[in-house]
Amino acid sequence: MAAKRETSTIPEYDLRLYVAGQTPRSVQAFANLTKICEEHLAGRYRIQVIDLLEHPQLAKGDQILAIPTLVRTLPEPIRKIIGDLSNKERVLVGLDLRVTV
Amino acid sequence: MAYFSKMHTKQKRISSQQPERTLPKCPTGITGFDEITLGGLPRGRPSLICGGAGCGKTLFGIEFLARGAQDFGEPGVCISFEETSDDLAQNAISLGFDLKALERANKLVVDYIHIDKSEIAETGEYDLEGLFIRIGSAIDSIGAKRVLLDTPEALFGGLNDEGVLRSELRRLFRWLKDKGVTAVITGEKGEGTLTRHGIEEYVSDCVVLLDHRLQSGVVTRRMRVLKYRGSMHGTNEYPFLIGQKGISVLPVTSLGLNHKISDERISSGISGLDEMLEGRGFYRGSSILVSGTAGTGKTSMAAHLVDATCARGEACLYFSFEESPDQILRNMRSIGIDLARWIKKGLLHIHSTRPTTHGLELHLVDMHNLLESHKPKVVVVDPLSSLMSGAGENTSDLTNMVLRVIDRLKQLGTTGFFTSLTSGGHAAEATELNISSLVDTWLLLRDLESDGERNRVLYVLKSRGMAHSNQLREFLMTKNGVELREAYLGPAGVLTGSARLAQELRERDDESRVKRESEDRRLALGRKLRAAEAQILALEAEKEAAELELKTAEIENARRRDSALAQRAEMARSRKVNSSSKAPRPKTQEAGA
Repeated sequence: MAAKRETSTIPEYDLRLYVAGQTPRSVQAFANLTKICEEHLAGRYRIQVIDLLEHPQLAKGDQILAIPTLVRTLPEPIRKIIGDLSNKERVLVGLDLRVTV
Repeated sequence: MAYFSKMHTKQKRISSQQPERTLPKCPTGITGFDEITLGGLPRGRPSLICGGAGCGKTLFGIEFLARGAQDFGEPGVCISFEETSDDLAQNAISLGFDLKALERANKLVVDYIHIDKSEIAETGEYDLEGLFIRIGSAIDSIGAKRVLLDTPEALFGGLNDEGVLRSELRRLFRWLKDKGVTAVITGEKGEGTLTRHGIEEYVSDCVVLLDHRLQSGVVTRRMRVLKYRGSMHGTNEYPFLIGQKGISVLPVTSLGLNHKISDERISSGISGLDEMLEGRGFYRGSSILVSGTAGTGKTSMAAHLVDATCARGEACLYFSFEESPDQILRNMRSIGIDLARWIKKGLLHIHSTRPTTHGLELHLVDMHNLLESHKPKVVVVDPLSSLMSGAGENTSDLTNMVLRVIDRLKQLGTTGFFTSLTSGGHAAEATELNISSLVDTWLLLRDLESDGERNRVLYVLKSRGMAHSNQLREFLMTKNGVELREAYLGPAGVLTGSARLAQELRERDDESRVKRESEDRRLALGRKLRAAEAQILALEAEKEAAELELKTAEIENARRRDSALAQRAEMARSRKVNSSSKAPRPKTQEAGA
């Protein structure tokens, strides 16, 4: 598990990125995500990258089918974004960031 | 010659290779299904089970998994896209499968995969590797051999990118195949296609279609193996049902027509009827149909057969669709047949149900189950025709069912006795069930109406394998059971009942009259003879008298001549005639006289 903590306290945005191995698509998705977060949520987020190849049992909890899947566990409600997050606008809509920004 | 032998060896080689060539199969354990498919689903390949809502797809899959885990030592994985594992477990309990217990025993993994579209946004490219990982880890965790994907098409409702989904599903099915698991994939029937999203084109090894139809208020479930690559299979539509022990597909057997037959004969219980059948009764294991209009005595005939069978100590199973057991017992007592004692002895079981209580196939399953548990030698179905109400307008269903019953009975070597009610207007020979060709012996009971009364007659319409009587017999119900009497056939038609009695009386009259007349004649002739004899005696006496008279006359004549000669000699002596000259003279005188 490669967890990346941006803040030590409980962050406002708790994000999990599910991947399956270091595929180009996963790497791309992580890069896209970090970029968006840095732009819009600097200091307010945490990203956990979960590699299902290593922890397949974790797929069940968040009902993961598609890879890559980004799950926003905080703030409620849970949101899921699937795909390589290449479309920034849609990611922002998906994370409900369009309103706040 | 060399050519032929070559051909021969070649053929031999091919046939010896055949066992290897046949597709390995994975028994489902579903009653009847493995028979239809000659062994089960293709092992290590995905199969598609499709059908409309509520047709039993999921149950099929669940039973496939549960039976595999319970009976065949093959652990299974259930990936459900529609129902949670708790729901599934609850549903399965009603069929007698405890999924939770199987899960605890590490023989089953149930994974509920759910996608809520409202939670999900799509951006950019993705694949369903997560699904693969989940299925893969579930399979690996217990070493599963069987996988159920319960309606993966539900994913189409959760994900937008149909192209990705299709290619991923196709990849999934191939991946399952590569993993060597036997998979069952269910699919909801779409319009014009087998599944709503046409995934049947990805699963091409075996496709089973489930269906349920409403006919006259009774639902019948049907199953058809649409396609089974690389294997023979039954191609018909088979009724199936979901009972307390899971799915049962019917028939259990009907792919072959090679049952063993018996030369043994069994009595019909009616001596007159046995007489009509070469004096020996029915063949054991044959099927007998008795058809007739209402009240012609069909049930009574059945009771006789039952009585005779039980009296031999053989078990009997009686399916009644019109009367309750008590009613049958009472009615048969009235003609002197006590069936209650056989029930007490455990030889007879009467199973009474209303034909409309459930669909045909459930009746069929009932029959199959009872056949299994009772192992009867004779089975009576009384009357077959009332099952029509269960079949609705579709009589071919009933014909089919009867065929299956007959088939089953023949396989078991059980004698089947069916009664059929013919409605008045129909030609008696055309049973509305079209089953006459299926039965071996067909007895026809008819009412003959004449002189203000109705009488029953019986005849043997056909009886395979025996020289049966072609006579019409009158069928009498007496206190001592059924009796058959010879009916009269005359120019005026068949005489029965009082007409027959009158005829018998008339014949007796005739007979005595003829007897009297001949006696009279004999007496008269005797008299005549005696008179002639008397006459002969009288004439004889007359003759004797005449003869006597004649004799007396001759004696008299001779005496007279002697005395005349003596007188002449006396006269000559007195006249002293020379004796020498005198002697010839009387001679000349005599000559001259």
